Amino acid sequence: MFSADLLANAVVSGLLLGGFYAAVAIGLAIVFGQLDIVNIAHPAFVIVGSYTAYILNSRFGLDPVLVGVLAAPLFFIVGVAIYRIYYAAFERTGQESLSGLAFFFGLMFIIEVTLILVYGVDYRLVSAGYSAQTLAFGFVDLPGRMLVPFVVAMTLTAAVWLYLSRTFMGRAIQAVAQDRGALQLMGADPVRIKQWAFGLGIATAAIAGALLIIIGPVEPSVGRQYIGRVFAIVVLGGMGSIQGMLIAALLLGVTENLVSTFYGPSWAPAVAFGVLLATLAVRPAGLFGR
Amino acid sequence: MRGWGFRAASAALLAAGLAFTELADNPYYFNATYVVLQALIMAVAWNILGGFTGYVNFGSAAFFAVGAYTTIFLQKAFGLPLPLMILAAALVCGLIGLAVGYLTLRLKGVYFAIATLAMGIVLETLVNNWSYVGGAKGTFMLTPDEHLWFDSYSEMLFMIMLVLALGSIAVSRALSSSRLGRGLAAIRDDEVAAECSGVPTLRLKLVSTTVMGAMMGVAGAPYPYFVTYVDPISAFNLFIAVNAIAMPMIGGTSHWAGPVIGALLVGSAQEVITVTISSELNVLLVGIMLVLFITLAPQGIVGLARKHWRKRS
Amino acid sequence: MSALLEVRGLAKRFGGFTALEGITLEVAPGERLGLIGPNGSGKTTLINCVSGALFNDEGRVVFEGRDITRLPPFQRARLGIARSFQIPKPFRSMTVLDNLRVPLEYAAHTRTGQRRAEDEAMRVLETMGLAARAQQNSAGLTQVDMRKLELARAMAAHPRLLISDEAMAGLSGAEVDEVLEILFKLNAAGITIIMIEHIMQAVMRFSQRVVCLDAGHIICEGTPDQTVANADVQRAYLGA
Repeated sequence: MFSADLLANAVVSGLLLGGFYAAVAIGLAIVFGQLDIVNIAHPAFVIVGSYTAYILNSRFGLDPVLVGVLAAPLFFIVGVAIYRIYYAAFERTGQESLSGLAFFFGLMFIIEVTLILVYGVDYRLVSAGYSAQTLAFGFVDLPGRMLVPFVVAMTLTAAVWLYLSRTFMGRAIQAVAQDRGALQLMGADPVRIKQWAFGLGIATAAIAGALLIIIGPVEPSVGRQYIGRVFAIVVLGGMGSIQGMLIAALLLGVTENLVSTFYGPSWAPAVAFGVLLATLAVRPAGLFGR
Repeated sequence: MRGWGFRAASAALLAAGLAFTELADNPYYFNATYVVLQALIMAVAWNILGGFTGYVNFGSAAFFAVGAYTTIFLQKAFGLPLPLMILAAALVCGLIGLAVGYLTLRLKGVYFAIATLAMGIVLETLVNNWSYVGGAKGTFMLTPDEHLWFDSYSEMLFMIMLVLALGSIAVSRALSSSRLGRGLAAIRDDEVAAECSGVPTLRLKLVSTTVMGAMMGVAGAPYPYFVTYVDPISAFNLFIAVNAIAMPMIGGTSHWAGPVIGALLVGSAQEVITVTISSELNVLLVGIMLVLFITLAPQGIVGLARKHWRKRS
Repeated sequence: MSALLEVRGLAKRFGGFTALEGITLEVAPGERLGLIGPNGSGKTTLINCVSGALFNDEGRVVFEGRDITRLPPFQRARLGIARSFQIPKPFRSMTVLDNLRVPLEYAAHTRTGQRRAEDEAMRVLETMGLAARAQQNSAGLTQVDMRKLELARAMAAHPRLLISDEAMAGLSGAEVDEVLEILFKLNAAGITIIMIEHIMQAVMRFSQRVVCLDAGHIICEGTPDQTVANADVQRAYLGA
């Protein structure tokens, strides 16, 4: 059944979804795109962000987005700590490829199982004033629970992009990916910069997690669905390009939503990974890669 | 282990296994050992690509599950005997390993690892949507009546698994001391230098992924008969993938005995914990052990043992 | 006598940056060729294109009359091109001896037949003066031994053309002499050698002919004395 209405709504909600995906992927875009650290546990941290929003929302009635922003500094510190361990154990000895990957895999697993042990496998929700509201533009619906995350996600992406391109630390992060040696000559410590970048990546997970639980209910294994999405987005967008990441995120959101609407939601998980495999096979540098 | 020593040990283990089936009655023992042996085959298989060649595979569960679903499909379509199903699973999963390798092995190892994750999800989604083998609802497998001279079907499955496990260890061991194995080790140590030393790196890596895939498919082929009910969530379970990585890393990836030691130790510990405490805690413990070993003892138990002996002498 | 190696009109670009352009040179069988040039002039890039680690964008690489431009590195190794790396890349999990088994069993395999690889490896190690270290793990070697291992490994591939990429960087005078002596010995046994070096006295002593690169172009080709006297070469090294 094909109707312009359905198509338009599918595309629009795909864009809203894609915008949200950008918020989830941006942490990885920094960490993997700039620093070549394969943190496949990133979605797991996003889920922790979701649970943080859930706890403070159900206990104190705080708005989830607010919780995300407040929790971000804490997540930043956690990120720094994890990077220090990763650096000491792997980067210094040059073992990143095999052991580093397995490290984050194990971490992801630990996070997911701990959440199951503490909170069980029930779905958790938040309640926010705008969740139930919908803005309507003609035949196109903009549900509040998608629109607000979209707006916050766009703000977050813009903020990170500005940070990376305008501030000293941000530019240092971009530089450390390209030329460690030059950076050291400038007197900056690559380790400190990477540490900062990793912390930043995890901090975005706090906010992304809050947005996730606004969009829909969350349980511990939901994170796994996002592994494919975030890697597909970062690889398709091109390593090191935030703009590329955004475009890839929007593309993925729309594609996934179209597939879901016209072929059924059970095919949706394969879209991201299919995109990823196709990108790796055809043009590994992505759309805007360096 | 010298050649005759290994063969003698294998023969002895087979004999012990047979004796066990005669003497023991409680099906729990056979089921528990089956699980450990299954994990052992997966660990040995993973290590061929992971430890020997240096490429990390996150999608082990997918190969395992495809092996299981090959059995289910063949059972529904043709009703073949189990040995043929095992062969078919090896073929199918070997081909999948070859295909995934061909698509991604020309890129950096990191992209290969991510691609294996991707492949896993894609395959799981395909199976989820394939109603002939049960789709998301899963499917039941009736236990056949025929179980040769054994007292029960589960005893026969245990023996089959023991044979397969010993076979996979033999393959891994032969590989590690062969010219092919040295080529793989060169790829792992320095792929560029290996290529410039005349090693056809892409070809060898494809051999590695194919062998690994086939072995994992073999591990999964008898699974439907073991559990009698299979659904995609349990067959593609991430835990299988974590174990496949954790056991070799804990045991030691550079030696063929590493995944064996890791599987026996970790597998037994898991059985004990699952029975005495809980299965979730068991799963958590594997994750923690994996992370601890990777960060503190990256050479695994084999590495620790080597260091110990080196200090002594 | 036809050339062992011919490079015709070779060019290599990385995005907007032209690393090599219009490179044409020949290496005669049994020759000792020195390849010099300031840092960033493209020496290693040229070597990478010859050995196959990189594929050139334009031009041809012809070895023993056969066009190898599109062949992958491992096939070029099997045809008889071997190289050592500027920064040594040993197979760290293996002993010194096993490091040599790999090229013996793979690159040299089709050309020397089924002789026992271990004996052959030991002979190469003896030539290199590394026989005492045969069972030592390759990761724990001294700098000069690492360099020798690099050369030994290239030798174990039974090459007809050996490319040594700054094998003497950072070595003391006596160590440079050691390595140079090995290279002379190998050349006497019939192996064509291209040497990339910054240590001028080594290049001058060793080379029969010298090619000088600067910013991706050949700026001079001739005997060592001619090259040293050449104004372009002096300008390249010392600035305008």
